[in-house]
Amino acid sequence: MTVVEWQIIGFTLSVAALSTLTILPFGLALAWALARRDWPGKSVVETLVTLPLVMPPVATGLILLQIFGRRGAIGGFLHDHLNLDIIFTWRAVLLALSVMSFPLLVRSARVAFEEVNPRLEQIARTLGASGWRVFFTISVPLAARGIVGGMLLAFARALGEFGATIMVVGYMPGKTATISLAIYENVQLGQDAHAFRLLGVSVVLAFAAVWGSEFFLRHKKTTP
Amino acid sequence: MSLLLKNISLSLAGFTLEVDVEMRGRVTAVFGPSGAGKTSLLDLIAGWRAARTAFIQLNGTVLVDTARHIAVPTRLRGVGYVPQDLALFPHLSVRQNLLYGQNSRAAGSLFAVEHVTEILEIQPLVARGVTELSGGEKQRVALARALLASPRLLLLDEPLASLDLALKDKIIPYLARIRDEFKIPMLYVTHDRLEALALADEMAVLVNGRIIQTGSVAEVFTRPANADVAKLVGVETLQPGRITRVSDGLAIVAVNQVALAALAPATPAQDVFVCIRGEDVTLQLEAAASSARNRLPAKIISFRTEGALVRVELDAGFPLFALVTGPAYAELALREGDGVTASIKATAIHLVPR
Repeated sequence: MTVVEWQIIGFTLSVAALSTLTILPFGLALAWALARRDWPGKSVVETLVTLPLVMPPVATGLILLQIFGRRGAIGGFLHDHLNLDIIFTWRAVLLALSVMSFPLLVRSARVAFEEVNPRLEQIARTLGASGWRVFFTISVPLAARGIVGGMLLAFARALGEFGATIMVVGYMPGKTATISLAIYENVQLGQDAHAFRLLGVSVVLAFAAVWGSEFFLRHKKTTP
Repeated sequence: MSLLLKNISLSLAGFTLEVDVEMRGRVTAVFGPSGAGKTSLLDLIAGWRAARTAFIQLNGTVLVDTARHIAVPTRLRGVGYVPQDLALFPHLSVRQNLLYGQNSRAAGSLFAVEHVTEILEIQPLVARGVTELSGGEKQRVALARALLASPRLLLLDEPLASLDLALKDKIIPYLARIRDEFKIPMLYVTHDRLEALALADEMAVLVNGRIIQTGSVAEVFTRPANADVAKLVGVETLQPGRITRVSDGLAIVAVNQVALAALAPATPAQDVFVCIRGEDVTLQLEAAASSARNRLPAKIISFRTEGALVRVELDAGFPLFALVTGPAYAELALREGDGVTASIKATAIHLVPR
């Protein structure tokens, strides 16, 4: 393994982990709202969140490019007022991975919340607990396995993201290159040895993450 | 206590819960068949459900008034709830379950943990996980958890329904202790008349979403308002009595001046309710030899035809009700004021500690 390869692996792992942590609070809040509440527009939000799962990843990438580019609605604002650029920086990688892995976390966490006996949450309220306290002491602990399983699944998705990432950053070794981008680039350049070594690493990482998420999602504790 | 439920209207599957009642008992039994809306009524009081219209007032504090758009959130209502499935928190220990409500309150609990666990005899369990408890133990932990949140009213939804008979007899005294020791008013949903008798002083009979009779337990059981209630509660003679002697499993119980032989109750007690079902009372014109332990001279006060049966009110030194078939009654050719002998087997007299 070369120094550049280690750098690529390290960057991919960090940014995938960071994206999983970034989407965690939003994902849990949305999953809970979908599982426990009825609100207007719920089905629209539900569909929007799932969209990145079924749309061509490059299409999602193009949408992000439009919104977060210097002339985009959000990207323009950030550039003009905060002097903050998203596209072609590591932040774009984080953004792409977050959007692409968000549905997997929300779906797993939602099922996990739905499986918590609502009586337990109601009883906690009769015992004087506030909504936040019920959420953190009853809902989340009882849904923990599903949540952790969903996080690992989202992490695994983030590790392998390609289509959206290539749209928003391109290939910049040592800056924004992830394992998937590097494999593609090396094959293009005919540097098969590099590509195969990174391929091996990505298989091992993906296997570990999916195996872990299966463990958490399958061996659920049943609430009596 | 005073729990005022006014102008309540809540649509349920197939019917509407419509209630207008004031409950003042220490323990009010909400009695009715399954599917009558009993649990929905409790959910409404706890704030888990919203009714189309409702006015709920507990001890002078308004909890719900749809007309003024008032709905106090569940956590501020001070209403303890023990649901049928108990809903103990499976990921917490018994101790954490017990303290959950206490930790939610800024002010301390009304009752000390030690006191509650002692009364319910659960001190040895506090270090365990809730999944390691037996049915009866879970029951008591759920009660203790509700009590430790210092409720102003305790809602119990068929708390003994999932227990077998032997276990029921063991838990009832604990509920009686909660009633007497902590003086928290209870709304006790049940369809079991023995539970109602053992614990409640007032009763509200709920059928198809409507309360069709309220009154003292004795009143509802002995004078059902209509045939529906009679069918539901069973036609009964219900009299307070005092056990004067127990020997060989047979108890002699005094009702007014009359001594009756009955099977001794499982738990020792002196003051009891004497329950006799109407169909267990046989009427004879003369005192013939019989295997029945109790042969009481009685006078006929009144009779009323209820379908194929005749419900006869007798004075046997205490009010006694008999249920006989129409033809049998015709054969005896009895009128009001006539004397008869009422026979009751000792096994048909049920004693409930009060």
